[in-house]
Amino acid sequence: MAADSPKKILEPFFWTLFSAGGVVAALLMPVHIFLFGLAFPLGWLPNLSHANALALVEHPLVRVYLFVFCSLPLFHWAHRFRYTLYDGLQIKHLNEVITLFCYGGAIIGTVLAGYVLWRIP
Amino acid sequence: MTPHATKGAAQYTTHHPRWYRTRVSTYWWLWKWCYLKFVLRELSSIFVAYFVVITLLQIHSLSRGPEAYARFEERMRSPLMIALNAISFLFVVFHTITWFNLAPRAIDARLAGKRVPGILIAGSNYVAWLVISAAVAWFILR
Amino acid sequence: MAETIQLEVTRYSPENDAAPAFQRFEVPYRKDWVVLDALNYIKDRLDGSLSFRWSCRMGICGSCGMMVNGEPKLTCATFLSHYAPGVVRVEPLRYFPVVRDLVIEMTDFMVKLRQVKPWIIRKEEKSIADGEYLQTPQQLDAYKQFSMCINCMLCYAACPVYGLDPLFAGPAAIALAQRYNKDSRDQGAKERMDILSQHEGIWGCTFVGECTEACPKHVDPAGAIQQYKLTAAKEWFKSLLMPWGTK
Repeated sequence: MAADSPKKILEPFFWTLFSAGGVVAALLMPVHIFLFGLAFPLGWLPNLSHANALALVEHPLVRVYLFVFCSLPLFHWAHRFRYTLYDGLQIKHLNEVITLFCYGGAIIGTVLAGYVLWRIP
Repeated sequence: MTPHATKGAAQYTTHHPRWYRTRVSTYWWLWKWCYLKFVLRELSSIFVAYFVVITLLQIHSLSRGPEAYARFEERMRSPLMIALNAISFLFVVFHTITWFNLAPRAIDARLAGKRVPGILIAGSNYVAWLVISAAVAWFILR
Repeated sequence: MAETIQLEVTRYSPENDAAPAFQRFEVPYRKDWVVLDALNYIKDRLDGSLSFRWSCRMGICGSCGMMVNGEPKLTCATFLSHYAPGVVRVEPLRYFPVVRDLVIEMTDFMVKLRQVKPWIIRKEEKSIADGEYLQTPQQLDAYKQFSMCINCMLCYAACPVYGLDPLFAGPAAIALAQRYNKDSRDQGAKERMDILSQHEGIWGCTFVGECTEACPKHVDPAGAIQQYKLTAAKEWFKSLLMPWGTK
């Protein structure tokens, strides 16, 4: 069967990333936001000193964990937000712009995550 | 008579001068509670992306040294950030709950021919969530 | 207990009206009456020009789907007592063009249904002499739920994506594709995959889940679609990593 435009063929791929990102976000996001967004700033739990935090993060496995933690949920957002714009604002005729914005944003975020994690001293 | 699907082109449905087509309102999702819940669930992805950005900023400030890290922590303590993070937390938990509750429907898991009860699949997801969250918390706090 | 109940019914006469409008009728209230009974009372005694579809009046033919107080329902299975003493608003099925009064145009659904090829596809038919295709109860169980669809299109009226995206195949069509994909006698999964997966037929679905809520036969089309997406994704990766495999 003759293939459609590449964008349609890639749909299963982005859906897979969306699902994987959804699982990562569902399992890991709550505890991260609770600790770093609420518990530490509000003093409910003792915060990490700069030295301790750095020691934690420079381990290669932790960097891989953080890369996955940052990258996959971004693709989850990209796919979901794209369809929210289609259905919520009914701007599907702008689908090229939206697709570029969403997946492009996720790719840029992934690259930035890789860079930031690489540059940890 | 039937609408043709032209690949990639804008899709026009057949016009019939005497049929009446109700235009779907841009606010279709406000008129029913179930639709609103759905849109809120979809919007939770924005808060997921938001906290990824925060995490990246945090790691970046770590790399730049103790002063940068201290400034980052100071900003995280501001009332605006606390409020934003609290709302994000609620939305992300909403994502988790809706995701796990829907998971059994998407997976056709069968054991000896019979469908595995949905509550087992959802339940094991929740257990995994608790175990993993505890492990992450322990790893960070020790 | 009130003896009558008010019905607010959509009227649209394409020759005379520019847009649909509501008309109120007062019908007897009987505890065992369904909305269809009320509509038939109106047609028999009050206004013979009211047009609507119905047939079996027992929830199996799928003809009498309409919006009752904003929810897609089979009017033969929706009791007046559920809404009494308030006004019962009856409108044509949502997201379909209205032909007249409560009658909608369903050609779009028929086109999409035909596209998914809802029949057993065999590479080679068994000859009559070889006997029937045998199926164990487990094999039947794999697709039975999806086979309960009565094509009533309540799921289409519940699905906002169908209302917004003309390319979306819709819940019932995809559930019926799954019904045949999961049938052990069928060998046409790849053919259907090419149609549905490549033409954006299934990817518009965002798992709102209202189709499953609306379905009177507990088909769970939302579940069928998500399972189909998973299968399509697996096939996509397989074809990427092992392009030499052909079915």
